[in-house]
This record gives sequence, C-alpha cells and structure tokens, in this order.
Amino acid sequence: MKQATSPAGVERQDACPTRLTINGEIVELAIPPWTSLLDLLRERLALTGTKKGCDHGQCGACTVLIDGRRINSCLKLAVTLDGTEITTIEGLAGVDGSLHPLQEAFIRHDGFQCGYCTPGQICSAQGLLNEAQATTRAEIREHMSGNICRCGAYPNIVDAIEDVIHKRNSDPRMPE
Amino acid sequence: MNRFDYRRPSTLAEALSLATDPAVRYLAGGTNLIDLMKEDVERPLSLVDVNHLPLGNIEDTVEGGLKIGALVPNADLARAARITQRYPLLSSALLAGASPQLRNAATTGGNLLQRTRCYYFYDVATPCNKREPGSGCQAIGGLTRQHAILGASEHCIATHPSDMCVALAALQAVVHVESARGSRTIAFEDFHRLPGDTPERDSNLEPGELVTAVELPAESFDIHYSYLKLRDRQSYAFALVSVAAALRLEDGIVAEARLALGGVAHKPWRDREAEKQVLGQAPGREAFGRVADTILAGARGQGDNDFKIPLARRAIVRALDQAARAAPQRQVEKRIS
Ligand SMILES: Cc1cc2nc3c(=O)[nH]c(=O)nc-3n(C[C@H](O)[C@H](O)[C@H](O)COP(=O)(O)OP(=O)(O)OC[C@H]3O[C@@H](n4cnc5c(N)ncnc54)[C@H](O)[C@@H]3O)c2cc1C
Ligand code: SF4
Ligand code: FES
Ligand code: FES
Repeated sequence: MKQATSPAGVERQDACPTRLTINGEIVELAIPPWTSLLDLLRERLALTGTKKGCDHGQCGACTVLIDGRRINSCLKLAVTLDGTEITTIEGLAGVDGSLHPLQEAFIRHDGFQCGYCTPGQICSAQGLLNEAQATTRAEIREHMSGNICRCGAYPNIVDAIEDVIHKRNSDPRMPE
Repeated sequence: MNRFDYRRPSTLAEALSLATDPAVRYLAGGTNLIDLMKEDVERPLSLVDVNHLPLGNIEDTVEGGLKIGALVPNADLARAARITQRYPLLSSALLAGASPQLRNAATTGGNLLQRTRCYYFYDVATPCNKREPGSGCQAIGGLTRQHAILGASEHCIATHPSDMCVALAALQAVVHVESARGSRTIAFEDFHRLPGDTPERDSNLEPGELVTAVELPAESFDIHYSYLKLRDRQSYAFALVSVAAALRLEDGIVAEARLALGGVAHKPWRDREAEKQVLGQAPGREAFGRVADTILAGARGQGDNDFKIPLARRAIVRALDQAARAAPQRQVEKRIS
C-alpha cells in the first residue's frame, strides 16, 4: 500500500505538545501522534512497570488508569490524553513506599507466578474497585476477564481481590 | 504505523470540515482503529479525534425513546439506569462484549463501525477483497471458523463482530449521521451491508459522514428478552453465534417478536418473515424451532464453520425460550438456563 502523504496546504505536526499528570506529577512533552501511551510510558518515561503483552488489546498486561478508569494503554494514542490523570502500577504505592492494599493482598495470596501480568492485574483490580460493580467471586472473575494470566494464577488473583473488597466493605476508612 | 496528521476539533462543524478526504479517519476510542493501524490495514492520511465533540450524552426523545450520543462509552451505556431498566437487552449485549477495559474506551459510534475480525483481513500479506478490492478472498477455502453462514458472497464471507449492534438491530434503532453536506437518519437494518461485490464497504455511511447518535424507539422489550452469546471461551472472545431475542406477549400469545443474530453474517441478521411466523402463537420450542428453520433455510457453511448452522438453530430456540420465560441469559453467571 502506498505511503500516506499530507494533503496540500496541511503541515504535518510530528510532535504535539501534550500535558499529562502521571502518578501525580505533571509532565509536559512534545509527543509524536503515533506513539501509544504504553510506548510513551515504557520507552520515554522509563515507567516499565506497565507491561507489553500483545500490543493489540488482547491481554490486559498494559492496563493503566486514566482519570480512574482502567483502559488498555497499548490502544491509546498518548496525544489524545492531553489534560488527563494517568495512574500506573508505579503510582499505586504510598509516597513513603508502603504497598497498596491490592499489592499486599497479591503477595499474601500468591496472586502471581512469573509476575508479568501482575501490574496489569493490579491496575485492573483498582479499576474494578472504582467501578464498584463486583462483589461475588463470579462477578470478580467476569470483571477481571480482560486480564490474561499465562501462568494461570487466576484462583489466587480472585482471592486477593475478594480479600480487598471484603476488607474495604468492613472498614470504610480503607483508602480508595 | 504510518505517519499521519492529528487533529482535535472541538466543534462538530470543524470536525466535519476536516474529514472531506476519504483517507481521513475519525478517531473515537481507538480500540479498533489503532489496532488496525498497527497492522498497516488502516493507513490514514489524518486522524480527526472526535473525543472533544459534545456527543457524550443520553437524552430522552419526545417519542418516549432515547438518543444515545456517539461518544457514550460502551461501559457507561451498559450501566446507565435508563438502559438497564428500559433496554436491558442492550445492556446485556454490551456486557457480553470485549473486556471491562475495552468497554471503558470503546464508544457507541466506534462499535457500530468496527471492522471484521477475519484473520486474512488483518494479515496484509494475504489477498482480501475487503482490504484490497479485487485481490481475492483468502478465507474461502481457508480457515473459516469465524465466518458467515448467511448472506455471504463469492467475494467475501466475513462477519460483523459487534454484540451491541445485534441488540440494536432487534430494537430497531435509528442511526443519526452528519457530514459537511447535511444530516440524515438511517434505519438500523439499512446501516450495515451484505458483502455482495463491494465487500470493501461495511456500511452505507458515506466518506466524511460522522455518526452523531443512535436513537432507540420507545418500545423497549424490558421483560421478555435475552442476549445469548456462544463463543470459544466464556469471556473476552468474539461470538461464534449470538442471538438477541425480544418478545411482547399478550395473554400468553406472541404479539410481537424480534430476533437478530450475530457472528453469522456481514451484518446483524434479521429475518422479518421468520419473525412473523410466530405471531399469534403460544411460545414454545416447536414454534421457535420453525422460526429457526426459516431463518436458516438459506444457510451455507464454509467447512470449518459448518457447526454454526445447528448451533444457530439451538441458540435461536433457546434465546426465544429464555425471552418467553422472562429468564434472560446472565452475562456473569454463564450457565445457560
Ligand atoms: C481484544 C478485543 C476483543 C473484543 N471483543 C469484542 C466483543 O466480544 N464484542 C464486541 O462487540 N466488540 C469487541 N471488540 C471490539 C470493540 O467493541 C470495538 O473495537 C469498539 O467498539 C470500537 O469502538 P471505538 O470507539 O474504540 O472505535 P475506534 O477504534 O475509534 O473506531 C472504529 C472505526 O469507527 C470509525 N468511527 C468511530 N467513531 C465514529 C463516528 N462517530 N462516526 C463515524 N465513524 C466513526 C473510526 O473511523 C474507525 O474506522 C473487541 C476488541 C478487542 C481489541
Ligand atoms: S472473508 Fe472478506 S475480509 Fe476475509 S479475506 Fe475474504 S474478503 Fe477479506
Ligand atoms: S499489551 Fe495491551 S492488551 Fe496486551
Ligand atoms: S503470573 Fe505469569 S502471566 Fe500471570
């Protein structure tokens, strides 16, 4: 297929000024429009906690939160996110390094084996908590179905998330 | 991915004026378009990011229905109270599709215009009439597990992958579109196309036209409905066969029947003659079986997908039965009742 050329009179902008808040920090960057959020995080910002599994929306390893909603960062162009707040796995722990309740629960329940899918699982689980649509095991499983675990740690992943949901329901002071 | 211009208009007029060249694409959630651009299947000159247009609301219509803005995310639409209460068939179909992450990003307009998942369409190294008109169809005689059993042509046997659209077909939605030339509405049945000898066209949308909204008529089938989706794994997989069934019963007799099938054709499949057959009858597996036989009378397998014909028959009967019993298929608890 032939290479696209710009229509007459239109200057192609090879980098667009974009302002993002990433894990609480404001970042102002000129970003080529064809850069995915996943590549921006990993390749330019050295936030390699977010993983690339399939790069096609099929595995969930790249899940991050945009304004609190979980999405697949491999299918989002970074320039489209101007003005948003992005949370990655690096942003979930406390500033003092204390683990997030989901991170603690994944450790307590052995919610991983190789760990490759884990950042995506945990960000997705935080999205699930924000959505407040799942309480039963069946609901947790269905609402976590966008995260594939090649090692098959599913039962323990569900245990970990169930634990956090139950603790949150019994202790309203637990952090969001 | 090829290089392209990126535009982010904030008004409808501006967006429409930027999209007059057929090589320009509107960008909504990006979950299909970006994927296809990574595969070089789509190589747009320019992307017009429509996410900042005011098309994100659900409004009541004077006719008693709803008008859903093209940018309403699939996740939000599935959970909106007016949808779960009045159009649970639509909510159910949405929740049967993709994953929570994808539904957060995917939009109503983008879902309508998502392209087929035919493996050969995705593989730029193989001929495909949809991707490269006139190059041939590698699927015919190839791997056809996903492919069509109804309405296919010698030029293309692809299926439309959407779940949402199957429910919209049954609900007889209307699509609102706008372009620099003006606005028009398209009945849902006329929105998507059969492949014929122009498989490169999925829909009757003209170049530059933007979907602004999807309108639902007042009749909502909130009691007797079911969306039954059968697939290779229970979640996060496209339909092999899906059925949206909706009935209106009066004194135990079928007064109205709507049925649309997904995963079997180039568009959500409806057969009005078959639907009429069950009117005035008591609901039951025999009557529903006759409906299924009529719908599938012209069905043809391609080899790998021959199983879809008996599967579709059973799915039609079961979904109509679930609808009649007011026991819709649950999308969390997957057991088929
Ligand atoms: C792994 C995976 C699994 C999936 N599983 C399912 C499934 O089981 N069921 C299902 O139904 N779907 C499934 N999907 C598909 C998903 O639902 C679609 O990708 C999504 O709905 C597309 O919406 P979008 O807003 O992201 O569209 P985009 O990717 O932004 O756009 C898609 C197309 O629509 C055009 N477009 C977008 N908005 C408009 C508009 N307003 N007017 C005119 N043209 C427009 C774009 O130019 C583009 O050509 C899956 C996707 C993935 C990646
Ligand atoms: S079935 Fe259609 S989309 Fe698939 S290879 Fe043939 S022409 Fe292309
Ligand atoms: S890397 Fe994004 S879903 Fe797999
Ligand atoms: S822990 Fe290895 S992929 Fe999930």
